[in-house]
Amino acid sequence: MYTISNRLKMASIIMMAVGVLGMGYGFLSAPSTEAEALAMVAAHDDGHGGGHAAEADHAVADSHGATAEEHAEGGHAMSHGEHVLHQLQNKPWAALYVAAFFFFMIALGVLAFYAIQRAAQAGWSPLLFRVMEGITAYLVPGGIIVFVILVLSVMHMNHLFVWMDADVVAHDKLLQGKAGFLNPIFFLVRAAIFLGGWILYREYSRKLSIKQDAASDDSNFKLNFRISAAFLVFYLISESMMSWDWIMSVDPHWFSTLFGWYIFASMFVSGITVIAMVTVYLKSKGHLEQVNDSHIHDLAKFMFGISIFWTYLWFSQFMLIWYSNIPEEVTYYVTRIQDYRLPFFGMVAMNFLFPVLLLMNSDYKRINWFVIMAGIVILAGHYMDIFNAIMPATVGDQWFIGIPEISAILFFAGLFIFWIFRALSTQPLQPKRNPFIEESKHFHY
Amino acid sequence: MSASKVIQAYYNDDDVLMHAVKKVKAAKHHIEEVYCPFPVHGLDKAMGLAPTRIAITSFMYGCVGLAVAITMMNYIMIKDWPQDIGGKPSFSYLENMPAFVPIMFELTVFFAAHLMVITFYLRSRLWPFKKAENPDVRTTDDHFVMEIEVHGNEKELKDLLADTGAVEINISEKNLH
Repeated sequence: MYTISNRLKMASIIMMAVGVLGMGYGFLSAPSTEAEALAMVAAHDDGHGGGHAAEADHAVADSHGATAEEHAEGGHAMSHGEHVLHQLQNKPWAALYVAAFFFFMIALGVLAFYAIQRAAQAGWSPLLFRVMEGITAYLVPGGIIVFVILVLSVMHMNHLFVWMDADVVAHDKLLQGKAGFLNPIFFLVRAAIFLGGWILYREYSRKLSIKQDAASDDSNFKLNFRISAAFLVFYLISESMMSWDWIMSVDPHWFSTLFGWYIFASMFVSGITVIAMVTVYLKSKGHLEQVNDSHIHDLAKFMFGISIFWTYLWFSQFMLIWYSNIPEEVTYYVTRIQDYRLPFFGMVAMNFLFPVLLLMNSDYKRINWFVIMAGIVILAGHYMDIFNAIMPATVGDQWFIGIPEISAILFFAGLFIFWIFRALSTQPLQPKRNPFIEESKHFHY
Repeated sequence: MSASKVIQAYYNDDDVLMHAVKKVKAAKHHIEEVYCPFPVHGLDKAMGLAPTRIAITSFMYGCVGLAVAITMMNYIMIKDWPQDIGGKPSFSYLENMPAFVPIMFELTVFFAAHLMVITFYLRSRLWPFKKAENPDVRTTDDHFVMEIEVHGNEKELKDLLADTGAVEINISEKNLH
């Protein structure tokens, strides 16, 4: 039986405490009036050498992110001050939302990986099932937090989703056309159905998995196989719709038909990376004795492969929009390349070049610390991916990775670590009566 | 080429073969070759063969493919006959680069895959109309043959191989490479 070490427990609690303080600071330091907001922007610009402030004023008028356009199109143009105020007020909320979603999506990616292993009756992975189940335990707190943030958005505590603002919709023909789907009530109902389905499968499959340890036949295993196959159908549809709702709708005029796949690739590779990292950590503490380098090698192969898959989808989405150059589509990338050049291209380097070059060599995939280092780059890269998806529409060019963003990451990382290792310590780390457990023990490449 | 005497041990199960190979290696004999009807997982390691370097050649071929794609698209689309496609008449390689990425990708894969297969064939001394090297047609069906060179220790080897579960043991003259 694994027990969470005091050091890890303390570290996670400190991360959460520091995160709460930093996020509190982020909310308190957000401006409450237009004058304050303008003063903050001016002070920031001065810091980077004057002459820039005038330019910024000018830029707002024509191309100032998706939110500006939406308001302008309604013949209802906001003043520069009001606009900057909204962006700066959104900043701590967006930081919170990006980090909350990022850690939630890791658990969701692991859930998909786990369901695939179950449905495929994979022989190599049963030794890692308890690790995966431990990580998916985070679906409950993570899902509740994301849901609460969405409810607060619907209650107009923030302006993350412009389409929730009735005043904006009243002046916007496109949003009126989408209102049948994109309205606050239906939005929350959908979110509740998705979260309910994911958590239900997770809890039920976990229960069957534990029952199988003490069972005298394989009936639990077979039932788990069947519900996993059925769940994957539900997951594919719900994950795709979730990505439209929770991420794509912050830019409510823009759409991409492969967005669901794209977000899936991001959560899948992050999830597999975390499985590998937790496994290596537990092995380094003397647990999971039966897990050998070949298991790590296989996980690293998935990290490598899905990183390339992510790049494939990222590029497919980018190239078609870049090539066709249709104004309503291409604004998405214009804002990102103008205002987010470093995070946007930096993310491609972290999510594609690093994994490709670091993990291409077969031998490197078996070196545990190497997998951890590559994993840290991959996780940072996929945080940037979600950052690039949410920030341009919510805070525009006022983005920065500062105290609110880092604190939110710290808080959720602490909660994530605390929760998954607590879940890991509740059951033996090795399943006992899985029919494939012998094959998994002797797995070698 | 020199003619020499080899001992051939026949097996009809890959597990038995694997154990036999390990036993022969433990007795410090050099295994010349093992003929199998299908690839046996881990046999190369058990025989003590050096790890393959084909992955390195594959990487280099991929780099060649990438370079060919870049040079080719630059010549065709930018230098030789500049074209205006999709309203992007920039005539600059870098600004049109995203459109060439699929070609770069395809040619990288094409070069890596084909040249790697050709390298493998050449390295394995396989070419059209080549006469088969396997000592017995049964190695293409259901038998495995382990071949060991004999240096006056025929009796010792025979006893050892019989002990490993060989179903048949032959001695023959053979031209070795």
